[in-house]
Amino acid sequence: MPEIAASKITETVCDLCRQANFELGEDVVDALNHALKIEESEIGRNILRELIKNAEIAKKEKLPICQDTGLVVVFIELGQEARITGGLLDEAVNEGVSRAYRDLRKSVVSDPFIRENTNDNTPAIIHVEIVPGDRIKIGVLPKGGGAENASSQKMFLPTASKEEIINYVVNCVETAGPKACPPLIIGIGIGGNFDYSAYLAKKALTRRVKQNHSNHDIAQLEKQMLEEVNKTGVGPMGLGGRVTALAVHIETHPCHIASLPVAVNMECHAHRYKEATI
Amino acid sequence: MKNVAVPLDDRTINDLKAGDEVLLSGTLYVARDAAHKRGIPVDLKNQVLFYAGPTPGKPIGSIGPTTASRMDPFTIPLLQKGLKGMIGKGARSAEVKEAIKKFKAVYFAATGGAAALLGKTVRSAEVVAYPELGPEAVLKIIVVNFPAIVAYDIYGGDAFAEGVKKYREA
Repeated sequence: MPEIAASKITETVCDLCRQANFELGEDVVDALNHALKIEESEIGRNILRELIKNAEIAKKEKLPICQDTGLVVVFIELGQEARITGGLLDEAVNEGVSRAYRDLRKSVVSDPFIRENTNDNTPAIIHVEIVPGDRIKIGVLPKGGGAENASSQKMFLPTASKEEIINYVVNCVETAGPKACPPLIIGIGIGGNFDYSAYLAKKALTRRVKQNHSNHDIAQLEKQMLEEVNKTGVGPMGLGGRVTALAVHIETHPCHIASLPVAVNMECHAHRYKEATI
Repeated sequence: MKNVAVPLDDRTINDLKAGDEVLLSGTLYVARDAAHKRGIPVDLKNQVLFYAGPTPGKPIGSIGPTTASRMDPFTIPLLQKGLKGMIGKGARSAEVKEAIKKFKAVYFAATGGAAALLGKTVRSAEVVAYPELGPEAVLKIIVVNFPAIVAYDIYGGDAFAEGVKKYREA
């Protein structure tokens, strides 16, 4: 059985966290450049230029893209033939986060009421899926609080139309307004159950930005939602414009005959996702 | 682009209109949720508060605006004591918007997530209260050419509402 050292997991998580915070993905930079071409608002274009320049400074000087270096969400695809040696998976991941955040902002409190900073940005939120194979794929998504706070979930009737779901998403975007730091990337989970829809919404954010779903009908729905969201006029930083979202990504899953869960996970333009397979 | 000295005087405030793009230079105080809840132990007369929690660095790391509306429940008493400006992201409550007009203050929006770029405008930073709050400590910073947009002015102008109305398609 192939062995993967826990220390290797720690190193990988640490590297991914730092890369994510300093280097905005090329897919996001391309999406911002495309937005700059189609944005009509002058203030909006200036904001997009600031964001592109910000990404250049961050990468060059190894500075965090955003001061909110986030609560780290970790997606692990664990090959069922692999065996982790020399430590526990959760501890290895959190050790990696702790090392990565020594000189980054620590944004995690130990208790929702007592609110004492844990001082090393742990614990991370860790999602594990067991997959075929003998390797581990690790994805990290440091998630800022502003956009996360604008997220929402609703249990629709199973007879609901696509239009009702589109209206709900548009309404979420308008309610969030500038708070979620538009232009947004919107992750949507449809189906599953209450909790799984939220997981899918977050998982949808790990797809390459602007890459539509492989299923034609879902890809169409993504395009239609993006169009409707961009009609709101919210624009960059909510100051008005044509580009409110850069992309809408949807993931779906089978669900109960009585249910149609829909979760919307908002992501700001400072979309920091990096992955590696070991 | 208007050059604006901070702290603010009345003449400067009278000239600022919602939608103006400005470059701020001078002293800002940095405070966010936890410091607002405890009370900001600084004389804020004529001063500008920047709602932010920076990353570590010298003189500072990355620093960008956080959501201003979370500070709304604490803002009116500060305006009564002479606070003249705030920098954050997002819209404010109707009450705060009205109070900004009444107490002749201004609310600036800075670009959320442009924190590496904004950090470059900071020349010095010192903790003035609550060091134990870490990223939520109160700081005094000196900035040069810090870019922002006038979101609310003393005339009731609202750059968010006006901007969105212009681009909204039914």
